[in-house]
Amino acid sequence: MSLPLPLASALMISPHRVGAMVLRYLYLLRSSWSRVLELIYWPAVQLLVWGFLQFYIAQNSGFFARAGGVFIGSVMMWDILFRGQLGFSISFLEEMWSRNLANLMISPLRPIEFIMALMVMSVVRLAIGMVPVSLIAIAFFGFNIYGLGLALAVFFMNLILTSWSVGLVVSGLVMRNGMGAESLAWTMMFLIMPVICVYYPASVLPAWLQWLAWALPPTYVFEGMRALILEQQFRPDLMIAAFALNAAYFAVAIAVFLALLRSARRIGSLLQSGE
Amino acid sequence: MTAQEPAIAVTDLVKVYKTTRAVDGISFALPPGSVTGLLGGNGAGKTTTIAMILGLVLPTSGSARVLGAEMPRQRNRVLSRMNFESPYVDMPHRLTVRQNLAVFGRLYAVADLSARITQIAGELDLGEFLDRPTGKLSAGQKTRVALAKALINSPDVLLLDEPTASLDPDTADWVRSRLERYRAERGATVLLASHNMAEVERLCDRVIIMKRGRIEDDDTPARLLARYGRETLEEVFLDVARGRGEAAQGTAQQAAAQQGAAQQEAAQ
Repeated sequence: MSLPLPLASALMISPHRVGAMVLRYLYLLRSSWSRVLELIYWPAVQLLVWGFLQFYIAQNSGFFARAGGVFIGSVMMWDILFRGQLGFSISFLEEMWSRNLANLMISPLRPIEFIMALMVMSVVRLAIGMVPVSLIAIAFFGFNIYGLGLALAVFFMNLILTSWSVGLVVSGLVMRNGMGAESLAWTMMFLIMPVICVYYPASVLPAWLQWLAWALPPTYVFEGMRALILEQQFRPDLMIAAFALNAAYFAVAIAVFLALLRSARRIGSLLQSGE
Repeated sequence: MTAQEPAIAVTDLVKVYKTTRAVDGISFALPPGSVTGLLGGNGAGKTTTIAMILGLVLPTSGSARVLGAEMPRQRNRVLSRMNFESPYVDMPHRLTVRQNLAVFGRLYAVADLSARITQIAGELDLGEFLDRPTGKLSAGQKTRVALAKALINSPDVLLLDEPTASLDPDTADWVRSRLERYRAERGATVLLASHNMAEVERLCDRVIIMKRGRIEDDDTPARLLARYGRETLEEVFLDVARGRGEAAQGTAQQAAAQQGAAQQEAAQ
């Protein structure tokens, strides 16, 4: 059985074209120190505020004295989620800001290659921001996130998958609706922040909200991280559930992005980059 | 695409945006190696037509084929052989000219890319600002860079949307001469949307005049001038735009019908 022509053609991925797009974003980062500094600035500020707050609380509370690192770990995991999505969406927004999207869409670059380049850049931008921040956490608070070992890799993969799913939907909406939807890139993740239980367990949520929390993969990651730090217990059941949900959401997000691209072609918004 | 097949074939093409018929059932076929001007006032449907040919906009009905591939369904077959330039589409401002050309060259899988960049920089006089950020260039320099990007893959089909808009006469003339040279060297098919009648007269061997999404007239510049009894395409354009061309067009259609009948007779 052969695939329909557009699908077969869309699935032929060229690493060269993905590389060309990654190169384009690296050129951009290299040309702008403010962009690079911004990648480090906000995560570092957030880490310092929460880290010192944890110090203060730990001095006055037996629980937090035992739970050293849980806040800092949460802050850093949240940053992986938020900055991962921001890295994806902002790389896409760069094309809108520079009115370059039409040039890309008439080039041989396939949508799936574009998505892959955005995924790579999300990790690159995240690394630029998070590696220095993780060193600050060691230096200031004695919290070594790399001490989580293999669990860190599993947490990271789950969080980055969620961030890409959200980034895909945000980018698709901006592509279809124009720059009027730009603010979604900064706000979308905060919409789910209260429910994914970054700083508190899901059990504190009202019962009716808990089903929603457990429908979102990051909840499993944050619960898993707390289990590891507080109880020294790695929970593979939570990670498997998170991966399953992430796989489903990621597939849906790609479908949504492609549907929004088709809609953008229908309403003619690929030629316009304004509001 | 067979030897006889048009490079661009548009058939009964319609685009409706909500309640607006931007393009209203147009058809034309451009032979390989031809240069065709798409004339029309603002809102005539030129840019939408070009966008549908590029696969950027989905037609409501009808079809646009490029080098035998239906757009946008089969676009991946032909996008590497096409390119596009418009003053309304920019390139990343912070990247240098060389970086931009390198990125697009890679996207188009241009062989021996650094040699190609050097070559095109020489042809389009980009050498002095090849390593400057694209956003820091003047409008004329940006147009030359956009043209370099449009020619980086030596396209067989080149679509240009007002390529000399907002340029001073000297730079505009320079751009036209480079386009003439490219067409002569490469034998590419060029479709050019423009408001500049002198440009169309100079570059195009065929002119399609659009008005409110429809084709009002379609012929060589010389025949259009003769038919409307005018000396410049600008006058022809104004006749069409102001509806004064209908009488002339009626006469012209009669003449075209007579010419067709004569050709048929000769063929028999």
